[in-house]
Amino acid sequence: MSAPAAAAVRVPGGLRARRMSPAVARFTRHRLAILGAAAVVVLLLTAIFAPDIAPRNPLYIDLVVRFTPPLHGAFVLGTDPLGRDLLSRLIYAGRISLTVGFSAMLVSAVVGTAVGTLAAYRGGAVDSVFMRVTDVGFSLPSIFLLLLLAAFIPPSVLSITLIIGLTSWMATARLVRGQILTVLKLDFIEAARAGGASDLRLVLRHLLPNSTAPVVVAATLNVADAILAESYVSFLGYGIQPPLASWGNMLNNAQSYFVSAPWLAVFPGLMITLAVTSINFIGDGLRDALDPRLKI
Amino acid sequence: MGRYLMRRLLQGGAVLVGVTVIAFALLHLAPGGPLAMYTLTTSMGAEDLARISHELGLDQPLPVQYARWAANLVHGDWGRSYRDSRPVLVDIADRLPGTVELMLASLLLAIGIGVAVGILGALRRYSIFDYLATTGAMVSLSIPTFWFGLMMIFVFSVTLGWIPSGDMYSLGRPFSLVDRLHHLVGPVTVLGLVLVAPWSRYTRSGMLEVLYQDYVRTARAKGVPAPRVVVQHALRNALIPLLTLAGVQLPMLFGGALVTETVFSWPGMGRFFVDSLGYRDYPVLMGILIFTAVLVILGNLLADLLYAVVDPRIRFG
Repeated sequence: MSAPAAAAVRVPGGLRARRMSPAVARFTRHRLAILGAAAVVVLLLTAIFAPDIAPRNPLYIDLVVRFTPPLHGAFVLGTDPLGRDLLSRLIYAGRISLTVGFSAMLVSAVVGTAVGTLAAYRGGAVDSVFMRVTDVGFSLPSIFLLLLLAAFIPPSVLSITLIIGLTSWMATARLVRGQILTVLKLDFIEAARAGGASDLRLVLRHLLPNSTAPVVVAATLNVADAILAESYVSFLGYGIQPPLASWGNMLNNAQSYFVSAPWLAVFPGLMITLAVTSINFIGDGLRDALDPRLKI
Repeated sequence: MGRYLMRRLLQGGAVLVGVTVIAFALLHLAPGGPLAMYTLTTSMGAEDLARISHELGLDQPLPVQYARWAANLVHGDWGRSYRDSRPVLVDIADRLPGTVELMLASLLLAIGIGVAVGILGALRRYSIFDYLATTGAMVSLSIPTFWFGLMMIFVFSVTLGWIPSGDMYSLGRPFSLVDRLHHLVGPVTVLGLVLVAPWSRYTRSGMLEVLYQDYVRTARAKGVPAPRVVVQHALRNALIPLLTLAGVQLPMLFGGALVTETVFSWPGMGRFFVDSLGYRDYPVLMGILIFTAVLVILGNLLADLLYAVVDPRIRFG
C-alpha cells in the first residue's frame, strides 16, 4: 500500500522533502507496520488476480467431493458442504470483504471530513448541531444499528458498504473538527484571509491539507473496523448473501459442522484476523510516523 | 459544578431525543412500516388496513405521530412485541439480567487483567513483556469476536469437553452456583478479551505519565517501598482518567455482548435482538436500540460526573 507515501506527499509545497523523510523513517522503523503492509499488499494482489490464482471456480458445486478435509487430493484447504473448493472461495471472498472494507472507509472518511470541517469552520449553531448528531451516532451501539439497517434494506455489496460507511464516520468527524480548530488559530490562516482567500479556497487549500495526518490514521483504522463489521453482519446472515462468498458469510453455518468439518470454521476466521491485524498495525505505524504526539 | 451538571444533562437529553428520532424514522422506513405485522400477511384487505391506520392515527402528520409515540415512551409504553404480544419493556426486562451478568463479569475480568498488564508494561517499558503485551493487545482487537467464540467452543467444548457450548445453566437441574459459573467461563472469556486491550493500553500510558511526576519521585526518595509507590501514589492517579473509559466502552460492550450471546446461545438482550430481527419484530428492535442508547448515555454521564468529583483538578466551565 502506498498510503504512507501518499500521506506525506500531501504536505504542501517546499516542505515536502524535509518533512517526508523523518515520517517515512519512523514508519519503516515500525517493523510490525511493515509486516502488515506486506501482508495487505499480498492480500490485495490475491484479490485483484483472483481469477488467475484461484485453483478452481469458487461457485462450482460437486456433491461427490463434499466435506473433503484439507490436503486431500486436489483440495489444499478442503471443500465445503456443497463440495466447493474452500481455498478458491477464500480468495474470491477476499475480493468482496476487502472491497467493502476499503469502500466503506472512503464513505466514512468523506462524510466524517465534511461534517468535521463544516462544524469547525462554521462554528456556532452548525457546530452544536453537527456535534450532537455525532454524539447520537456514538451512543447507538453500531452493531445494533448495522443489523437493523441491513435487515431493512435488500442486502448487496453496495448497500452493505453504504450502511457500514454511514455508521462509522463519527470518530473521523471529531478528529477533523479538533484538528481544524487548531489550524484555524495559526497565523498563516490569518494571512490567507487577509490576502482575500474565499471560504472554499481556505478550506480546500489550507485547512484540509493540514488535517490529513489524523484523517489518514483514522481512515486506516476504519478499513479494519469495516472489514470486521462486514464479517459480523454477514456471519449473522444479514450481510453479503450466498452464493457470493465473503469471509464473514463463510462462517455463517460453520458452527453446525464443528464435528464433521472444523476446517470450515478455522480458515475464514484466520483470513479476517490476518487482514484486520495487518491493517491495524499499518494504522499504528502511520500514527507513529505522522503524528508522534498522538502516541498511546 | 451545578452549571456543568446542567449542561451535561441538557446535552444528554438532546442526544436522547436524537436517538428516539432515529428509531422513529427507522420504524417508518422499515418494510411494512408500523403495521408490518398486518401488511406482511394476506389476512387483511386494503380497506381494513386503511381503517386501522386511521384508528391508530397513522394517517396523521409524522411530527404529530412522533410526539405521541415519544410521550408513550416516557410513560413506559414502548409498544407490544409482534411475536408474543407482551409489552416490549417487559420482554427486555426479562433478558436484561442475563446481559448484565455477562457484561459485569467480563468487565471485571478485563479490568483485572488489563490493569495488571498495563502496570507491568509501564514498569518494564520496552521489555519483551511490554512488546508482547502491546502486540497482543493489537491482535486481540483484530480477532472477530464471534470467531473467537466459535474457536473457544470448538477447542474447549467440542474437542476437550471442558466447558458447556452454550446456555446459562444446565437444563432440568436444580440451581447450582458452580454450574452457573461453569457456563459463564466461555462467554466471559470471549467478551472479556474484547475489552482487555483498551484497559491495558490506557493503564500503561496513564502509568507512564504519572511514574515520572515529582510526587512519585518524592515518595521514592522518602523511602516508600516500591510496591506501595506503584499502587498508592502512581496507580491511584493513573486510574482516574480510566473512569471515563468504562463509559466510553459501553457501546462496545453491548455490541460484543450481542455477538457473544448469539454464539453461546446466552439468554440476554443481544440474542433477543438477533432473534427478533428474524421475526421483523420492530417494536422490540426499536425498544432494544433505544434502551441500549439510554444506558450508554447515562453511563457516559455518570462516568464524566464521577471523573469530575474524583479529580479535583478538573475545572467546571
